[in-house]
Order: sequence, then structure tokens, then C-alpha cells
Amino acid sequence: MTTRFEVNGKSVEVNVEPRMTLADCLREVLRLTGTHLGCEHGVCGACTVLVDGEAVRACLMLAVQAEGRSVTTVEGLSNDDDLTPLQKSFRKHHALQCGFCTPGMITTAHALLSEEPDCDADRVREVLSGNICRCTGYIPIVEAVLDARSAYRKPAGDRG
Amino acid sequence: MKLPAFEYACPATLAEAVSLLAARDGDAKAIAGGQSLVPMMAFRVASPSLVVDLRRLPGLKEIKIDGGVRLGALVRWRDILDDARLARAHPLLVAAVNHVAHYQIRNRGTVGGSIAHADPAAEMPGIVVACDAEIAVTGKAGARVIAAKDFFLGALTTALAPDEIITEIRFPAWPTGRRFGFQEFALRRGDFAIAAAAVFYDIDASGRAANAHVGVIGVGDRPMRLPAVEAVLNGARVDGDLIARAAAATSAAVEPQDDIHASAAYRRSLVGTMVERALGAAAA
Repeated sequence: MTTRFEVNGKSVEVNVEPRMTLADCLREVLRLTGTHLGCEHGVCGACTVLVDGEAVRACLMLAVQAEGRSVTTVEGLSNDDDLTPLQKSFRKHHALQCGFCTPGMITTAHALLSEEPDCDADRVREVLSGNICRCTGYIPIVEAVLDARSAYRKPAGDRG
Repeated sequence: MKLPAFEYACPATLAEAVSLLAARDGDAKAIAGGQSLVPMMAFRVASPSLVVDLRRLPGLKEIKIDGGVRLGALVRWRDILDDARLARAHPLLVAAVNHVAHYQIRNRGTVGGSIAHADPAAEMPGIVVACDAEIAVTGKAGARVIAAKDFFLGALTTALAPDEIITEIRFPAWPTGRRFGFQEFALRRGDFAIAAAAVFYDIDASGRAANAHVGVIGVGDRPMRLPAVEAVLNGARVDGDLIARAAAATSAAVEPQDDIHASAAYRRSLVGTMVERALGAAAA
């Protein structure tokens, strides 16, 4: 069925079967393969994208349920000119090895830091507990997210 | 695994949603956040011919505080945690929802979906049973209200008829001064409970516990209250000795099964510890 939504700021119209998940639609129809699929049943977090700014698991949402929503994938959190502060922080702290989980880590961390730029290490660990990484042991990822907090804080006088 | 094929409908009214479900006579499923139904379909535990999306139904996303607390069926975990009024209006609910699922799931998962799914290790079914909540549903025959204790019939099995949709969950008023505790043991925060306990009691004029409610999760095919443990508490002063007796009574009252996560003996011991800690928090 025909479904319209926004992906990374652009309007898209797709014709998909109802059973197609948002993750498969992003990867196979829209060719945005930055969103990775690990478990396909909502436990690994690799497919995390933002829907209206909130982190969700794209394997647990039907593409048809995205009608009218604004979806941001990991591609939408980068630019061609330079690494973003969050990406730089992941590189600085060696917060990835094989990189499979990284899109989910970046999208989840971006959602967290956008809402809670002053979160502490416990909060980062709690939020990232829904994202599985088999390489890093998580410590460098937590450090990278904590180190990126300053980039998400509004300058003094610009609050509210 | 990819999902099995199904038809999809996204009705604008509750009446339309009910007739869509009714027309398939048990072969259709309602979807809200999909955080339980989509994995169920991925595993082929559910293969409905029609999925009816509830997202356009009006009036089901509100949290109303009017004496008690009324949660529209489409209220998400995130909405509960974001609502500052609930810290006073129902602190036990907030404490339990803090253990529900992971960050991303909380942005999609709904209270109605969790109740309808009826996982015996899930927090929300446990809390509605522990708190004597009521579940308002609407079906072909009209609206009815089901007491939480009558709603859960077994693992993934409820009193909901195939054409019925949960509309609201109603918690009785929470008096100020009520003592409560919620404790859960899971492998990771946000995972399903291996065992959990939700307890509350009021303090009567003589300083003794009254109206004790002890609910346990993960130790049977459905969440349950434990009258034998509540009897230990009612009329007594809640101190260390009494808490130890209540914990022992808890372990004696449950009949858990072995599964891949834990043996029956471990669960029996663990749930006693959860009640002990929850009562310790309540009495502190």
C-alpha cells in the first residue's frame, strides 16, 4: 500500500506490503543501508532510527505505521563535510570495532543527548543497555557518549 | 525473521476497529505500538490475517488523574515517565514502569498492548493485578469493565474477546502516606523479570499495616496477589522480623516452573527476596 512519510528531511512515497517493517523499507526500498538489522525481533538495537525525534526500533514498526511521520536514520545524522561531534567522539574513544552496532548506538545516543545533554554515566548505561555490542565491552561507547555531551548543550543564554 | 503476510487496516473510530476485528472471528489482531505483536509475528506465534492499527483512534492517549489514575490504552511507557503528576498520583506505577523494557521500546510500547499481550513476566499486568485496577474494553456487544484479577487467564491468554479492544486502565485512588515498594530481578535492566514484587500497605491509627497488597510477577503463568502473605502483614507492625516472615511466606505460596532462565527453586527463593526488599523499601 502507498505510504508517505519523511526521511532525513525529504518526503518519500513508497508502495509496500503491510508486513514490511520500517527497517526493511529503509534498507531495501529506499536503499538507506546505514540502518542495520541484527535480530529482527527487537532485542539488539542495531536498527534504531528516530521517529519524530524519538528513538525506536525500526524492526518493530511497520513501514505503513510511519505514515505522516518524520524518520531520521544514521545517514541523516551525518554530513559530507566533516564528522559530527558525536562521530568524532566515537572515533576518539575507539567506540567501535566491527561497526555493526554503531548506527544504532549513534541514533540512540543522539536521541538521548538531544533530550538529556546533562545525563550521567548511569543514565547512558541504562539507555544503551538496549543496544548490543559484541566487540567493545561498552566502556569506550559510554565514554564517547559522555564526551559528546558538551556538543549538545545549548550555549548559556540560549536556554528555554 | 520476516513477518508473515497480513492485510492492514487503520480505522478512524473505535466502532470501525471493533467491526473489523469482529468480521475475522479471532483471525485479526489489534496493533498499537507493536512491541509485542511484531516479535510474535516474526516468530510465527501470531499469524493474523488482518492487523488493525489503533493509532488513529481518538481519546486513547490521555492520562487522567481524577481521584484514581486512568490510562488510555495507547499511553506509552514514555508518557508515564514524562508525567510529573504521577509521582504523587501513583508512585508504585511509576516505580514499575521504570523497569519496563529498553529506551527505544518505551517510545512505542503501550499500556494497553502490554495488558492484551499478557506476558507473565511483564510489569504492567503485575501492577494492575497488585493494585486491583480495572480494564475497560469495548467490543461488538458494547463496553464492559473487567477486574484485573479476572483478566489474565494464563500465559498470553486473557478474558478479552476477539472483537474487544482495551480502551482504558483504571487504578483506584492512591492515598498519601501509603507505603510501597517495587523490586525486580532481570539479567539486564529493561529485560523481562525473572521475578518481581509489587507491594503496598496503609498504616492504621495504631501504626500497624492495613490493606496490604502483595503482587508477584514471573513465578506463575499469570501475575497474582498472595493472600497468605498479605495476611502476615495486615494488623502487624512492619519490622525486620515481620518482613522475614513475609518473605518466607512468599516462597511457600508460589509454584514456579523451571525454564531456560531459572529453575523453579531459584525463582521460589528469588521472589521471596524481592518481597523482602520491596517491604524493606516500603517500611524505610
